[in-house]
Amino acid sequence: MLEVRNLSKSFGGLKAVDNASLDVPEGGIVGLLGPNGAGKTTCFTMIAGFTKPNKGTVRFMGRDVTGLPPHRICEMGMIRTFQIVQPFAGLTVQENIAVGAYLHHHDRAEAMAVARQIGKRLGMGAMLDRPASSLTIAGRKRLELARALATGAKLLLLDEVMAGLIPSEVSEIVGIIRQIRDEGHTFLMIEHVMQAVMSLAETAYVLNHGKMIAHGTPRELVQDPGVVEAYLGHGAAARLQEGHHA
Amino acid sequence: MSSLILPAVLSGLTMGAVYALVALGLTLIYGVLHIINFAHGSLLMLALYAAYFLFVHLGVDPYLAIPILLPVFFCLGYALQRWLIAPMSSGSEQNVLLVTLALALIIDNLALYFWTSNTRSVDIPYAYNTVEFLGAYLPLGRVIAFFAALAAAPLLWLFMTRTRTGSAIRAVAIEKRGAEIVGIDVNHTYAICFGIGTACVALAACLLLPTFYVTPQVGYTFVLVAFTTVVLGGMGSLPGALIAGLLLGVIESLCGLFLGESLGQIGIFIAFILILLFKPSGLLGRRAA
Amino acid sequence: MKPQSMGQAVLIALALIYLASLYFMSSPVWMGFTINALIVAVVALAWNITGGFGGMASFGHAAMYGTGAYASAILQVQYGINAWIAFGAGIVAGAAMGAFIGALAFRYGLKGSYFALVTLAFAEVLRICASSFAITGGGSGLQLRLEPGLSTLQFNDRAVVYTILLVIVALVMALTAWLKYSRFGAYLIAVRENEDAARALGIDTYRIKVKAMAISGAFAGLAGVLYLQVWLFIDSAVVYGSAVSIEALIGPIIGGAGTVWGPLIGTLGLHLLGEGAKHLLHNAPGLNFVLYAVVLICALRFLPQGLMGLAARIGTFRKKENDNA
Repeated sequence: MLEVRNLSKSFGGLKAVDNASLDVPEGGIVGLLGPNGAGKTTCFTMIAGFTKPNKGTVRFMGRDVTGLPPHRICEMGMIRTFQIVQPFAGLTVQENIAVGAYLHHHDRAEAMAVARQIGKRLGMGAMLDRPASSLTIAGRKRLELARALATGAKLLLLDEVMAGLIPSEVSEIVGIIRQIRDEGHTFLMIEHVMQAVMSLAETAYVLNHGKMIAHGTPRELVQDPGVVEAYLGHGAAARLQEGHHA
Repeated sequence: MSSLILPAVLSGLTMGAVYALVALGLTLIYGVLHIINFAHGSLLMLALYAAYFLFVHLGVDPYLAIPILLPVFFCLGYALQRWLIAPMSSGSEQNVLLVTLALALIIDNLALYFWTSNTRSVDIPYAYNTVEFLGAYLPLGRVIAFFAALAAAPLLWLFMTRTRTGSAIRAVAIEKRGAEIVGIDVNHTYAICFGIGTACVALAACLLLPTFYVTPQVGYTFVLVAFTTVVLGGMGSLPGALIAGLLLGVIESLCGLFLGESLGQIGIFIAFILILLFKPSGLLGRRAA
Repeated sequence: MKPQSMGQAVLIALALIYLASLYFMSSPVWMGFTINALIVAVVALAWNITGGFGGMASFGHAAMYGTGAYASAILQVQYGINAWIAFGAGIVAGAAMGAFIGALAFRYGLKGSYFALVTLAFAEVLRICASSFAITGGGSGLQLRLEPGLSTLQFNDRAVVYTILLVIVALVMALTAWLKYSRFGAYLIAVRENEDAARALGIDTYRIKVKAMAISGAFAGLAGVLYLQVWLFIDSAVVYGSAVSIEALIGPIIGGAGTVWGPLIGTLGLHLLGEGAKHLLHNAPGLNFVLYAVVLICALRFLPQGLMGLAARIGTFRKKENDNA
């Protein structure tokens, strides 16, 4: 569904993303992992059209979308969310979701109806008339998901949707994402919370210093010495191995 | 016509130096507080009236008024920022602009009420003694203003780089939170900075008055020119403001020469629009808008 | 457009009672004063589209107001074109100027203070141009020939002028309400609240902002044409001057930016205050602006949502569950 090839972006002399490639199959949940500053969010911004890559291509449902503006990409059915959730504070929850729904439903009544239905599906039925600014972090994360879904997107790029949540909230969101996937959506998610990645993602990519260093199932990845080193520092894999043997 | 160009350029440079001085204050405030002070021109107008009344009532020569007005306007600026602008704008950038706009309206219209719209000027004959330079004749007052303004910029720069207060101001400008943590009183530093910016305006007023005039509207004219200077020089850049001020003085003078006196300022505004559109980071700006 | 609380209902009722009472007072002074206030209310409503809903505070709505007035005046005076056609042309010219300024400013990503200053600079450039060229009458301005009649859109009877203005203000407010609850309105508010999030949700934010400027420009142009038709005379200082731009933004901020009634209520309230002060202070020039400015500063500090926002908190009709929880 999504094919990213040799994506590169540098800021000044710094290569934020260097020759990164990844594939997301339809109906899948794919993780994008990596330590802080690895270039994950930069990857997202390029895929979703917020910044133009220096090199490389992004193909979505067989069409080249490299360098298209975000609103065009969103119209085609791919949407990103933000690591720091960004609700429209002055609007109610339902109106927030409706902003997404307006993309394909130009009539207010229709958009509001779609918003209500999606809000209920994500367990926000009781909050629809509240101002978005009154939501808790977990509520805002749900709202972010609901708004994205309301655009009718098929592929959702989620940027750390679990960050800042307590474990019980994480398992709730995990359940919601599974449910949405089963309804026919596809996910590419940046995630730090390993528990979430392990239980959700079928495959994952690991980015370090802007380069893709590994690809596999989450279980394979945690045993990959290169990945462990990227997260825990040079020599960490060897030390862990010794620890096991001792 | 070509024989007119050199005098026009020189006369533009002398006016430009005053623009630069006014803009130095504005750019300093922007560079540190990251706010646009819309009342800057009105404070200039106020300083012009202060210098005017000192001359008319007490016979104080505008140049001698500098040591009086500089501290007075520093305190005025300090007080305005600390006890009016900061608390009333609740920290939002747009509110600061609106509060200073309101301040400008208050100062301008009170001036209109108390001092009427009559144009006033001081009569200091020696200011109009001419100085010959490269075949052009320039009023002495303008030449003094030119050199004084040029001298003020490096002094300000020395203050910013060599003194403790200057370092505190720069620290707050770069990293407000961090400066707070190491014990710098941010509100006090902001107000000092605003005071210095206002003192620049008082200096400009004293230098300007001998060869200029004052009306309640003069602030509005100057504030737009000062914005242009600041943006052209790169928001927050002191050397940029100096170069841009001189450049705009010349642009205005040449536009006046070729398009007629009334259209002189249009060159400045068109320059303003073009810069904002195409290079909002200005000549020496470090970052884009 | 419906009030959400007792407080808002009272506020709106007060404004309506005042406007209606003019028909019975038969005071030409109050009538003339309110006619002026209504024209300003139309620019305030124009400012409200971009500044209120879109969060893009302009300091130069005079650019569109003056362009509307001049377009109509030039067509009528210099080319003898029918007032009705010139009326429409003025609105179109205002919209075009708005779209032009918006297209340029937003193309280069100007926002906040930069946007405010660039709009101000445009108004100044236009003011200087209008005072310098022959087609705009130069420094002496343009005067419409006095020819009362339906075809010239000039009316001797102040009550007729007043009624027409009331209808137009009501129409502009109805349009505002309709926009607010349309897809465009939701998108514009989304852009104000968070532009990046809006872009991610498939909104072409550049187009939305330019469109807002065009609509706002059309309203401002309309106000300029109304001024021309009422007073039959314009010059560059009157229609391109900063006073127009400032009045355009103070009214909505005091009344409640981003609301339908706010601009009208704010403008009426301010003008009543200014008029009262004028009588107390014996017509001192400019003092009404001092008063406006003081009210503006207080509103920024104490009434972040303006009078409508304050009134919304008094006697809310439908009790919402724990908003503050």
